[in-house]
Amino acid sequence: MNDLEPVDALDIELRVNGSAVRRRVPVRRLLSDLLRDDLSLTGTHVGCEHGVCGACTVLLDGQPIRSCLQLAVTADGCEVTTVEGITPADGSLSPLQAAFRDAHGLQCGFCTPGFLMTLVAADPAEHPTDGSIDALLSGNLCRCTGYQNIRTAVRRAWGRDDEGNASAGSDTPLGSGTSSGSGAS
Amino acid sequence: MRCGGRAARPAWTGCWWGEDVVKPAPFRYLRPTSLDEALDALATLGDEAKPIAGGQSLVPMLNFRLARPGVLIDLGRIPALTGVHRTDGSLRIGAMTRQRVLELDQDIADRLPVLRAALRHVGHVQIRTRGTIGGSLAHADAAAELPALALALDATVEVASVAGTRTVAAADLFLGPWTTCLAPDELLTRVDVPLAWQRAAIVELARRHGDFALAGVVGARRPATTDDAGIRLVGFGVGWTPVRLTEAEAALAAGGSAEVVADAAAAGIDPIDDIHADAAWRRDGLRALVTRIADQLGVAA
Ligand SMILES: Cc1cc2nc3c(=O)[nH]c(=O)nc-3n(C[C@H](O)[C@H](O)[C@H](O)COP(=O)(O)OP(=O)(O)OC[C@H]3O[C@@H](n4cnc5c(N)ncnc54)[C@H](O)[C@@H]3O)c2cc1C
Ligand code: FES
Ligand code: FES
Repeated sequence: MNDLEPVDALDIELRVNGSAVRRRVPVRRLLSDLLRDDLSLTGTHVGCEHGVCGACTVLLDGQPIRSCLQLAVTADGCEVTTVEGITPADGSLSPLQAAFRDAHGLQCGFCTPGFLMTLVAADPAEHPTDGSIDALLSGNLCRCTGYQNIRTAVRRAWGRDDEGNASAGSDTPLGSGTSSGSGAS
Repeated sequence: MRCGGRAARPAWTGCWWGEDVVKPAPFRYLRPTSLDEALDALATLGDEAKPIAGGQSLVPMLNFRLARPGVLIDLGRIPALTGVHRTDGSLRIGAMTRQRVLELDQDIADRLPVLRAALRHVGHVQIRTRGTIGGSLAHADAAAELPALALALDATVEVASVAGTRTVAAADLFLGPWTTCLAPDELLTRVDVPLAWQRAAIVELARRHGDFALAGVVGARRPATTDDAGIRLVGFGVGWTPVRLTEAEAALAAGGSAEVVADAAAAGIDPIDDIHADAAWRRDGLRALVTRIADQLGVAA
């Protein structure tokens, strides 16, 4: 790209689930549409397209993002991971996915890829309590489960018992202690 | 539109497949790799151009076609806009520093814990991965945490254009809802936060964790000087901009009772009525929050 000439389309190169992808994309193409429509990776779901529901969550360089709020051109040079990329090649389920199935953490499944992608990137140590798990899950909406079973799946995937007690480690929330948020999750 | 708020889905105009699957109206795109290039482009293109930082407020507006810029200038590849410069007395934070990076910075959590506390209220982790501190201040949502924090901590921002740079106090930055004193050809390049505060805290009422605040307060305290009692109380989500509650600050500094401080705070705002909460509810919420903050600052109220 000629750096000082605005363009309508751009050649981009990124890695998606480990494979190199080169494409010429219109600059207004969203990453969610690139994944679903150009690359046929339809595991990434699209609910609201304004950043609220979390169904479109994917990893960009290992961090969870809203793919509906990311222009594909701004992912140029990045590594993108979708739900297809966390599923073992033999078609079995990863431990996190298995925990969702076993704990009935999904019903219709529309929200599930977004929850999974949020969770694979999460550090359990940053979410030692149920309250902090709920804060993590607050960025993904589910219309079916009522969230309880999703929280159970997270506890199991993270090696905690069904009361949320870590099998090892402390239960002290991170943070400064100067914040108190309100509002029920 | 406030992203994160309720907005009606626009009538569907495209089709679900193929090349036509685009939400934003057409625009052109520019990706400068230096601040000078970005400022030149803004000066040349004028009103037609709009900077894009993390896109977490702008892209929802593009998707709904509520914003139709001619050219987007991507600030994401300008190294000079990212990173934190630490001195004993202040933090100088590059405008493009991601909110999540600041949240995870242990040194900042040690020296200015209220910043991490505030960031944890900003949307959700997926939003903070991309969202930037400069974008939040430039977006100037009246219910946003970071503008209120900047105001409470006497932060200043550095603003640049081809004509040069200027420093703007947070107190002069926010003019109205989603409106700052930046000219269209100016960029916010840096935020300077003084570290003089002994204590600072943030509390808010929101319907869910991560939603925009229906009412919130940032409080801060530092040693008094002859012309400054050293107490700051700033309300957010309770007016058209973040508001400094100067009468409540004075009441608190004078050792007023919780009732007196809360009354002074409630008298200092002109809250909005909307679908989420009416003005009376916001005023009541603010009264409760101010009392809680006074407690956390260790100032009796
Ligand atoms: C679901 C959801 C929930 C959210 N919840 C919250 C919340 O609870 N609290 C909160 O505070 N925010 C919330 N946000 C907004 C989020 O914090 C955004 O990151 C922030 O408001 C904008 O930052 P950005 O870097 O994404 O900016 P962008 O969206 O890229 O830009 C926003 C505006 O600022 C301008 N701009 C950006 N950077 C500069 C600059 N350096 N100089 C001049 N102009 C600039 C752009 O032109 C644009 O007009 C939420 C967003 C979403 C999608
Ligand atoms: S589709 Fe992206 S957040 Fe809802
Ligand atoms: S399982 Fe149906 S939306 Fe979550």
